[in-house]
Amino acid sequence: MAQLINLGTLTPTAAQDMRVALTGDGGCSSSSCGSSDGPSDLPPEIWEKVKDHPCYSEEAHHYFARMHVAVAPACNIQCNYCNRKYDCANESRPGVVSEKLTPVQARRKVITVANEVPQLSVLGIAGPGDACYDWNKTRETFAQVSQDIPDIKLCLSTNGLALPDHVDEIARMNIDHVTITINMVDPEIGTKIYPWIFYRNKRWTGLDASRILHERQMLGLDMLTARGILTKINSVMIPGINDEHLIEVNKVVKARGAFLHNIMPLISDPAHGTHFGLTGQRGPRAHELKALQDQLSDGTKLMRHCRQCRADAVGLLGEDRGQEFTMDQLADEVSYDPSRRETYREVVAQERGEHMKQRRAADAVLAEIETEAPVLVAVATKGGGRINQHFGHAREFQVYEVSASGIQFIGHRKVENYCEGGWGEDATLNSTIEALEGIHMVLCAKVGDCPRESMGAAGIEISQAYAHDWIEAGITGWYSATFGMEIRQTA
Amino acid sequence: MAYKIITSQCTVCGACEFECPNAAIRLKNDLYVIDPKKCTECEGHFDAPQCAEVCPVPNTCVPA
Repeated sequence: MAQLINLGTLTPTAAQDMRVALTGDGGCSSSSCGSSDGPSDLPPEIWEKVKDHPCYSEEAHHYFARMHVAVAPACNIQCNYCNRKYDCANESRPGVVSEKLTPVQARRKVITVANEVPQLSVLGIAGPGDACYDWNKTRETFAQVSQDIPDIKLCLSTNGLALPDHVDEIARMNIDHVTITINMVDPEIGTKIYPWIFYRNKRWTGLDASRILHERQMLGLDMLTARGILTKINSVMIPGINDEHLIEVNKVVKARGAFLHNIMPLISDPAHGTHFGLTGQRGPRAHELKALQDQLSDGTKLMRHCRQCRADAVGLLGEDRGQEFTMDQLADEVSYDPSRRETYREVVAQERGEHMKQRRAADAVLAEIETEAPVLVAVATKGGGRINQHFGHAREFQVYEVSASGIQFIGHRKVENYCEGGWGEDATLNSTIEALEGIHMVLCAKVGDCPRESMGAAGIEISQAYAHDWIEAGITGWYSATFGMEIRQTA
Repeated sequence: MAYKIITSQCTVCGACEFECPNAAIRLKNDLYVIDPKKCTECEGHFDAPQCAEVCPVPNTCVPA
């Protein structure tokens, strides 16, 4: 897969090689290497907890990878956006998985991945099913893996119904990241999302179901907050049902101590066989999602880099290497070798110190530019915080909004319709043009003349002038040049 | 008097296995089956059969 940072063939101690793989060139040559200040808006103890977690830190997601293991398939609620029978290897969305694992199999898989993917920092259990309801399997998996890999971050995702029963054990096991999916704080709205729940040996429906779920979610969140466990709230944005209500959800969860709020667009396709898919409930359009996120961004930590990944995803957020690590490809006996992960961490500590400095420098340059309307820039990157991917290899672009007030990461656009099977170059390009609607500029490591001309005809410029630069430095360079300032070196 | 699982519809999530108060459900060749000798349809335990209450697929845990 061209998408990956190719670290697969390196020897364990090849720090310089890893650096080359990460930067696309010789990399960090500045004397300032090694500083790794956190961002100014986070207390140091929180930064320490999130700095290697790709789902909790936008900055970390350039460097670190997660893996999910599908060990807890049983669930205690039914959501209208979920069809538990569905499975497709080409499908990337929550709850979808090809292979369910036992805790013992999961241990083998995690160790194999840790040996081969040095970016791995997080092990998550996030469906299909509910990690707290199917608790015995969740607990056993975490216990097994952390015996072998003590520094791996454990994280789980839950609908919250069974959460209060296990918070003490979650705290004891050092699971310091928990995600609760909260789609409403008003049970009336909940009735349109949850047809039933199973609680205390009984199936509940209607308002009762949503009221119980809501109370348990709030209790669970309070208990996590009281124990200092970082809690992320996922909310599925369902137009016409809870889209405006999510503003209220945001207020409530923030007041109860949630660390991060992640608004995810409803994925709704009749082919998935979900209730919403079959009844024609549509998902939000990209601009609707952004408008809601913008409304909530004031004073709240909002996650915008979520890829809604599969329940068995492996790798950096923008990629999925899950198919490389199916059970039939794993050795029967595995033992963990920490050397590659350790080497990678040393390289990243240096790289991101430099990256952070570049971000501040970019902001300083932008601050001097006369006010212009914000523009959207799409970047082709395979990780490491750099513009380092060929245009034609990109399966997604990271989108940044740039204005005189700075550069803000606002999301990603996927550009391939790989479920269709067989597509011509022109067809792909047309879908790329469509996916990049509203983008002014695409920065990439390399682009051919032909796609550049076609994209140009559609009003989207592409440049390889900033190949292998830091993303922020490249964007700043282009923005300054375009909006009437001479390019200043920010290195 | 017992319940059975329609295996062609079963997602093999296992929720029924740990909700069953009689330990009547187990995995056999990657499919869940109910032992009719142990199944009581939850009488004396709960108001309704737990497997059918928790099962995510309609009409999959049904009277045998």
